[in-house]
Amino acid sequence: MAEVISKATREGYAAGLLELGKTNDKVVVLDADLAGATKTAVFQKEYSERFFDCGISEQNLMGVAAGLSLSGYIPFASSFAMFAAGRAFEQIRNSIGYPGLNVKIGATHAGISVGEDGASHQCNEDIALMRTIPGMTIINPADFIEAKAAVIAAAEHEGPVYMRFGRLAVPVIFDEDYKFEWGKAKQLKDGDDLAIIATGLMVNEALIAHENLKKKGINARVINVHTIKPLDEETILKAAKETGKVLVCEEHNIIGGLGGAVSELLSSKHPTKVVRLGVNDEFGHSGPAKDLLKQFGLSAENIEKIATEMLD
Amino acid sequence: MDLETKNRLKLDACKVRKGIIVGVYNAKSGHPGGSLSIADIMSYLYLYKMNIDPKNPKKEDRDRFVLSKGHCAPALYSAMAVRGFFDEEKLTTLRHIGSPLQGHPSMKLLDGVEASTGSLGQGISIAVGMALGAKLKGEDYKVYAVLGDGELGEGQVWEASMFASAKKLDNLILIVDNNNLQIDGTLEEVNSPYPIPEKFKSFGFDVQEIDGHNFDQIDEAVTNAINSTNGKPNVIIAKTVKGKGVSYMENQCGWHGKAPNDEEYITAMKELEEALLKAENEVK
Repeated sequence: MAEVISKATREGYAAGLLELGKTNDKVVVLDADLAGATKTAVFQKEYSERFFDCGISEQNLMGVAAGLSLSGYIPFASSFAMFAAGRAFEQIRNSIGYPGLNVKIGATHAGISVGEDGASHQCNEDIALMRTIPGMTIINPADFIEAKAAVIAAAEHEGPVYMRFGRLAVPVIFDEDYKFEWGKAKQLKDGDDLAIIATGLMVNEALIAHENLKKKGINARVINVHTIKPLDEETILKAAKETGKVLVCEEHNIIGGLGGAVSELLSSKHPTKVVRLGVNDEFGHSGPAKDLLKQFGLSAENIEKIATEMLD
Repeated sequence: MDLETKNRLKLDACKVRKGIIVGVYNAKSGHPGGSLSIADIMSYLYLYKMNIDPKNPKKEDRDRFVLSKGHCAPALYSAMAVRGFFDEEKLTTLRHIGSPLQGHPSMKLLDGVEASTGSLGQGISIAVGMALGAKLKGEDYKVYAVLGDGELGEGQVWEASMFASAKKLDNLILIVDNNNLQIDGTLEEVNSPYPIPEKFKSFGFDVQEIDGHNFDQIDEAVTNAINSTNGKPNVIIAKTVKGKGVSYMENQCGWHGKAPNDEEYITAMKELEEALLKAENEVK
């Protein structure tokens, strides 16, 4: 087996921006004094005339992005998920979402895999917050390749997009020739015993769990939902109908995220038992990211355990 | 400003004030006090100064205007109607279901509205982004934003001001409607933002203080701001009277967000009609 290469999805954000810098002169990038961490500094280095540091002022960051989009630019407004979706929620809602402006929000350091910084910086609420804004597209890529492709695709999409990236280096699971299909959930593994619907770094965990479950004779379908809103209802309904059991995995509060979205869909269109694996409505804490993920049950082992129980 | 222009503007401002009262009365809600306090400033910008074209509201080189104090939409709508962006009759649909004249301005529903505002503190950042966009494109148009004095309580106003100054946005012209009244009382009673000029000066602005009902002073200040190319953003602190032009509304906190009843409407329209006839005579 080839050696696993790990890279953070925030690196994919930077790689995507760098590509857009070359191909699209309307793309401008804004940050709020976190360019080194969000990785937008990579863009700044090459295209300094199209990079604006707003300093530590995320509310103004979103408004300036709105104003730039009204001037014909495609702004990518960057900060940590906590301060983008959290602190600037109302600016995103009123200044960007309500008029449906063409602003892309690049939110890095999402979820508990922020690690040592602790609960104040571990945003497990952003998907829930962004889902309630009409017209907002939400993208949560699974690896570096998908992140890069999503960023490039976002620039082509007219309208507000919230992109969620992680701090932690996670295994690269897609090839360089990977094609990002806007709004389409991708079935990565076939199986009819149950469906594991995953997003973000949980996709890799689901793939590992799939292999281990197979050894036990359990065939788990694995679906990667990179676009959480709008949700690919067709693929999820098909999985629910064909497997009858759904396990949703995400690095987010079990309230309001992908688990919430899938439950809302299935309860109205095809009632199915849904188990939501995520952060159980609690705050995180400091610690190494990988240890935290294990502690909070966001692991292949836990997926395997829950899936086995679901089939008992 | 020559006398003829000034007299015509005074007449226009009477029309704008009437439109505000017609709108709010028909809506049975809305914000007449702060709309009336900016009526002269809005008349000056929309009926005289700004490079805008009602027939071509999206023309590239137009000046941009953002009503950061979005609750005073009646003044924006009325000035736009008098300028010919839409039929003045439409002002009676303010806040009605299906009307493009939303309670707070929506750029998606009404051509000529440059930004959706209403949540205080947000319009200024959008204006700042537009000013940055103009610089980036190498365009000469100006970006105006009208803010309330109570709105200065929003931290975002100061985030935006710091940014405008740091990025040398001298194409930005802020006008603060200093009517000294907010919902819960006078500015001092609530949470004083005074001294306002000093605050903006310390944020790196060119500051001018004027009487916001005096067209000569408005014209001089705006012209100064337009001609300024020193890298400093501009702010004009306009002393105004909340409810200006309707006697019983003037300087009354209670008229911040309340519509006149039938009797009050008749009184207001009578006063404004008299002022309009007087202004018409002066034009003649």
